[in-house]
Amino acid sequence: MLAKRIIPCLDVRDGKTVKGINFVDIREVGDPVELGAKYARDGADELVYLDITASHEERKLFADLVRRIAANLNIPFSVGGGINELRDADVLLSAGADKVSVNSAAIRTPGLVDQIASGFGSQFVIVAIDARYENGRWGVYINGGRVPVDKELFSWAREVQDRGAGEILFTSMNHDGTKNGFACDALRVLSESLSIPVIASGGAGREEHFVEVFNEGKADAALAASIFHYNEIPVPKLKEYLKTNKINVR
Amino acid sequence: MKIAIIKYNAGNIRSVDFALRRMGLEAEITDDHEKIRSADKVIFPGVGEAASTMKHLTANGLDNLLRELKQPVLGICLGQQLMCRQSEEGDASCIGIFDEPVLRFPPGEKVPHMGWNQLTDPAGDLFKGVEPGAYVYFIHSYYVPLCTETVAGCEYITGFSAALHRYNFYATQFHPEKSGPTGQKILENFIAL
Repeated sequence: MLAKRIIPCLDVRDGKTVKGINFVDIREVGDPVELGAKYARDGADELVYLDITASHEERKLFADLVRRIAANLNIPFSVGGGINELRDADVLLSAGADKVSVNSAAIRTPGLVDQIASGFGSQFVIVAIDARYENGRWGVYINGGRVPVDKELFSWAREVQDRGAGEILFTSMNHDGTKNGFACDALRVLSESLSIPVIASGGAGREEHFVEVFNEGKADAALAASIFHYNEIPVPKLKEYLKTNKINVR
Repeated sequence: MKIAIIKYNAGNIRSVDFALRRMGLEAEITDDHEKIRSADKVIFPGVGEAASTMKHLTANGLDNLLRELKQPVLGICLGQQLMCRQSEEGDASCIGIFDEPVLRFPPGEKVPHMGWNQLTDPAGDLFKGVEPGAYVYFIHSYYVPLCTETVAGCEYITGFSAALHRYNFYATQFHPEKSGPTGQKILENFIAL
């Protein structure tokens, strides 16, 4: 049976993982390659690296980093941040990324999704959507959740699916950082209205939240950052908990 | 040991090279016919679209070359599909090493079939030391049905071929290079053939 995926997310700036990490068995604290390899050994199913670097100079560093990640990791990983045109995706593919995720650029230039999908295949393109529930609707935001745009979560997700996206990464801004659980109601509607997989993001705080996100939210994968980085819920312990609760995991 | 990885217009060829390096092996990524013909092992990886990729292979004579190879050959993902007779993706006529069709998954579950799924009945040299139920990484929207050449199956919407074998030709629908220790074991088995 296809396993539900657990995906740690690593924010990267200047070649370093940004969020604080306190694993004792990692020598170079903050090294994204070493941290990723540790997650792979722990049983993470996939990794997401997000480049939160601002300048073009530093973007080149990111491509070098992607090459190092690809050389060292024996599980799939996706990369996101700063992919504004087809060429950016091409550079990351050549560096060894398995998938790219696009967010703001897809809103600004929706045709970019079609271009990446037809150039490299649907399986290569994840569309990341940040949305906030307010005034009775899930409004979409760009630029790291700073700028609202005139799009609604469910219709935008269907549009990018039609344009060739292979997967949706939905972050609920209402839930992100709260550690009170995922946006299961919205996730269920989203997952049931799409024919492509959905990655749930935002709100993970306890093990039972992952059971909820798969059973009630119908998510195909769940992403989290700080609970893994701070070792609040180690991946092996989470996998055991999910197995005990009859969730099919690797 | 000379290992050739066939270079063509498909994505993620490097990841196979990286996986071999992690095993202490060196490979050459090449489309040079002589280098491919003289290699001890040939790997035909790939991620991409069937019809356009076949067009590229045909234009470079790589389809005929592959068919004639005598050493162990391993097709991966799109590589496996292109080694079959015909693909529903772009209605492509393929290389035909395996006389099987490549079909689009029918509706029923999410497509692409993306993530870690279990091998059923893994058999033969490629799967020495790999237990039934072992998880490997898949990412595909088209599949090869179960057939006489199937040496490992998988279950998603329908039963399908996770791996094929005929004479010196081996192929996997999943990505051994992305499948953790199980995948590395399968690559080691191929190299040891």
